[in-house]
Amino acid sequence: MSETRVHFYQVGSFAVGNRLLSADERTVQSDRRRTNSIDSGHRACQGCGEALGARYALDAAMRVTSGQLVAVNATGCLEVFSTPFPETSWQIPWLHSLFGNAPAVATGVAAALRVKGRDQVRVVGQAGDGGTVDIGFGTLSGMFERNDDVLFVCYDNEGYMNTGVQRSAATPPTARTATTDAVGPEPGNAFGQGKDVPRIAMAHGIPYVATATVADLHDLERKVERAMSFHGARYLHVFVPCPLGWGAASSETIHVARLAKETGIFPVYEAEYGEVTGVTKIRRQAPVTEYLRLQRRYAHLFGHPGRPDVVARLQAMADANIARYGLLATEEDE
Amino acid sequence: MDRPFAITLDVGTSRANHTGSWRIERPVYVDRLPPCNDACPAGENIQGWLYHAESGDYEAAWRTLVQENPLPAVMGRVCFHPCETACNRVQVDEAVGINAVERFLGDTAIERGWSLPAPGPDTGHTVLVVGAGPAGLSAAYHLRRLGHAVRLVDSSPRLGGMLRYGIPAYRLPRTVLDAEIDRIVALGVQVATEHPVLDIEAEQRAWGADAVFLAVGAQLGKRVHIPAGDSTKVVDAVSFLHQVADDDPPLLGRRVVVYGGGDTAMDAARTARRLGATDAVIVYRRNRDKMPAHPEEVEQALGEGVTVRWLSTVERFEGGRLVLERMRLTPDGLPEPTGEYDELDADALVLALGQDTDLSLLEGAGAVTVSNGVVEVGHQMMTTQPGIFAGGDVAPSERTATVAVGHGKHAARGIDAYLRAETPARPERHALASFDRLNTWYYADAPRTRRPELELVRRQTNFEEVVRGLTEDNALFEARRCLSCGNCFECDNCFGVCPDNAVIKLGPGERYAFNYDFCKGCGICARECPCGAIEMVPERI
Ligand SMILES: Cc1ncc(C[n+]2csc(CCOP(=O)(O)OP(=O)(O)O)c2C)c(N)n1
Ligand code: SF4
Ligand SMILES: [Mg+2]
Repeated sequence: MSETRVHFYQVGSFAVGNRLLSADERTVQSDRRRTNSIDSGHRACQGCGEALGARYALDAAMRVTSGQLVAVNATGCLEVFSTPFPETSWQIPWLHSLFGNAPAVATGVAAALRVKGRDQVRVVGQAGDGGTVDIGFGTLSGMFERNDDVLFVCYDNEGYMNTGVQRSAATPPTARTATTDAVGPEPGNAFGQGKDVPRIAMAHGIPYVATATVADLHDLERKVERAMSFHGARYLHVFVPCPLGWGAASSETIHVARLAKETGIFPVYEAEYGEVTGVTKIRRQAPVTEYLRLQRRYAHLFGHPGRPDVVARLQAMADANIARYGLLATEEDE
Repeated sequence: MDRPFAITLDVGTSRANHTGSWRIERPVYVDRLPPCNDACPAGENIQGWLYHAESGDYEAAWRTLVQENPLPAVMGRVCFHPCETACNRVQVDEAVGINAVERFLGDTAIERGWSLPAPGPDTGHTVLVVGAGPAGLSAAYHLRRLGHAVRLVDSSPRLGGMLRYGIPAYRLPRTVLDAEIDRIVALGVQVATEHPVLDIEAEQRAWGADAVFLAVGAQLGKRVHIPAGDSTKVVDAVSFLHQVADDDPPLLGRRVVVYGGGDTAMDAARTARRLGATDAVIVYRRNRDKMPAHPEEVEQALGEGVTVRWLSTVERFEGGRLVLERMRLTPDGLPEPTGEYDELDADALVLALGQDTDLSLLEGAGAVTVSNGVVEVGHQMMTTQPGIFAGGDVAPSERTATVAVGHGKHAARGIDAYLRAETPARPERHALASFDRLNTWYYADAPRTRRPELELVRRQTNFEEVVRGLTEDNALFEARRCLSCGNCFECDNCFGVCPDNAVIKLGPGERYAFNYDFCKGCGICARECPCGAIEMVPERI
């Protein structure tokens, strides 16, 4: 299921484009005529992963649907930074819902279009992790359960960033947030809590579930395209680093996302009707410390004396992902 | 104006919000100097010509290459490619096979009959070039392009200097050499062969030349005193190779010993093998690490059955016996005698102990300074006598063909500036595109394509070319392994990764521009540029 990589060109198919690749081997983002669903002038922080992830996903969806797309957006950074009235960055039909009901509103839009006989217009619902895994979870599960014809995209920056970096059920263990102080014997967010929504989505048996990161554009775009080839409920979970909330340099956004995948911390895979059908293998495996050290939200794990015991637990989590999804490349994958 | 219910302001685009004002650093596109270009003694723009080869436009690649070096098919064979040693790809997998691609381009040009760029408009100046080796040929080419008339004289019957008389045919086939020389001569170079120059100033007057480029090379084999019996055969490597090139090889017998550890020693030993020597033994005073010969040549020589007596010097040669003294290395790596001796049967001894220049032609030119046997040159190769330039082996250098080509080019530019009474411009040098500036994640893994070598057996007895060329497929693959260090190759990364759509894609060949109205200065583009062609510079606030 995973794509074939171009090997022999200078940059293979890892870069956004390449003058030597044929047009269909390049990404939507390499095209000067891409939609730019979110226009310049938005007020996302420098190096915002969410702004990038949303443009990637929506531009790809715009291309596959030939521009026949409506987006519904929950409250959160993406909505706030793109639409301080009277300005808007959206160059596609776009509706703002509440924080907790984007899946339900998207369902409603899809139903309305169906009633009006405009089946060719497709619907994307989108929200941050808070709007998806926490407050929007009930409506999301309902949307899955009814198999409504919506692609729901979660931009996971692992916290409630818009309101000042509070913990969400997608915040990883030990991460420092405004509500999980890095103090005491178990500093930062607790182990063993939170929700793995891609797996919960799979448990609904919906046609398509996938995870992706802003570090692998070819993979992300292919998944959007694949998702749009199905009708019914689909779910895409995109890993989008937040320089401000994570305490990482703005220039490192893509690099941090890449390390999340290469360490096994964030498994990248896809599933159809509840079964995993494809896994994006680790290309250059790295220890979790490489990933953690770039982010101040993990600073309490390092230095003297640091918490090597806690780092080891995080490494064990990554290793468990690697084992569960088979993330290491074998000879045959080469 | 009518507005929808409850709407009091017009909805406008966020483009009204110039987020560029947030910026404290701005990205700028730069061209950095790729390490290959930096290392090339001929000053080739290697990354530049590989860029064209990558797209399969071999003619454009060749045209870029010959801007600097008119001898790609020759250099693609004899150059010891310091570019590959410097290549950043070494740190990813293996160096790009630059030399092999250069040869492929050179051969393709010969095959398809591409001609060199036309001479420049006539300047009315005449330049005398003495010596038609790589330095002289290169100077003649560049001088013609600058519009000067060129008289090229050489003492040998044919042009090429050491390329013809020093480098054996199994490394450089004569058809290739002839083709590239003919192409230079065809630019209107006036040639005089078998024309030894005895007095440089008289020669200059005779030709009415406004400037001279002296490139007679170092053709005198160094001699050392080795006690030898009357009947023994001792020759120097330079004359030996010259005679072989003239198709008049001396008879050396079956056991040939070559004394020395440089490339000439390798050439002599390998040539002796081809002439029928069963034993070709190199005697060298230090060990393999310290050997000046290029490792590739050493490898090939050993592969052909040449043997080496390491840590040995020749003491005397009498009646078919060579007495060698064993050496050991001091802690600083210098050889010192041990007082222990070995014997070796030999029919002939070939001395390959370095070469001297014959500068007797300078006797009349009093103002030219010669020190340590070489001519002193300044910026752009001018000697201490205005109007007389020198390069190649007569000038202080590493004495390789590629260095000579570079000297020829610099001298031509220096002569041009001199004739126009201008101060030669020093071209600005970009900062180095060092490995740490690359983001190697983006490069696909692609190990190097090797040039096939003639099977050992075949090459021991003939002068057929040992290293074969790349096929087109391989050349293309090899060119595409280039990382394009420090120079944009239009991968669209910056255009794709900017969260603010602040990169403008200008179209094929035009690269990109920043829209500073919206660039927030996050630096992702610079971080994710594979080749390090974007720099973040502090904003003046
Ligand atoms: C019912 C409700 N509760 C709280 C809020 C305040 N609020 C707005 S955005 C947000 C957090 C958004 O987090 P997330 O969905 O992860 O998006 P992010 O900003 O991180 O992209 C909160 C708590 C709200 N708008 N509505
Ligand atoms: S990625 Fe965009 S915003 Fe960031 S520095 Fe580059 S051009 Fe500016
Ligand atoms: Mg969030």
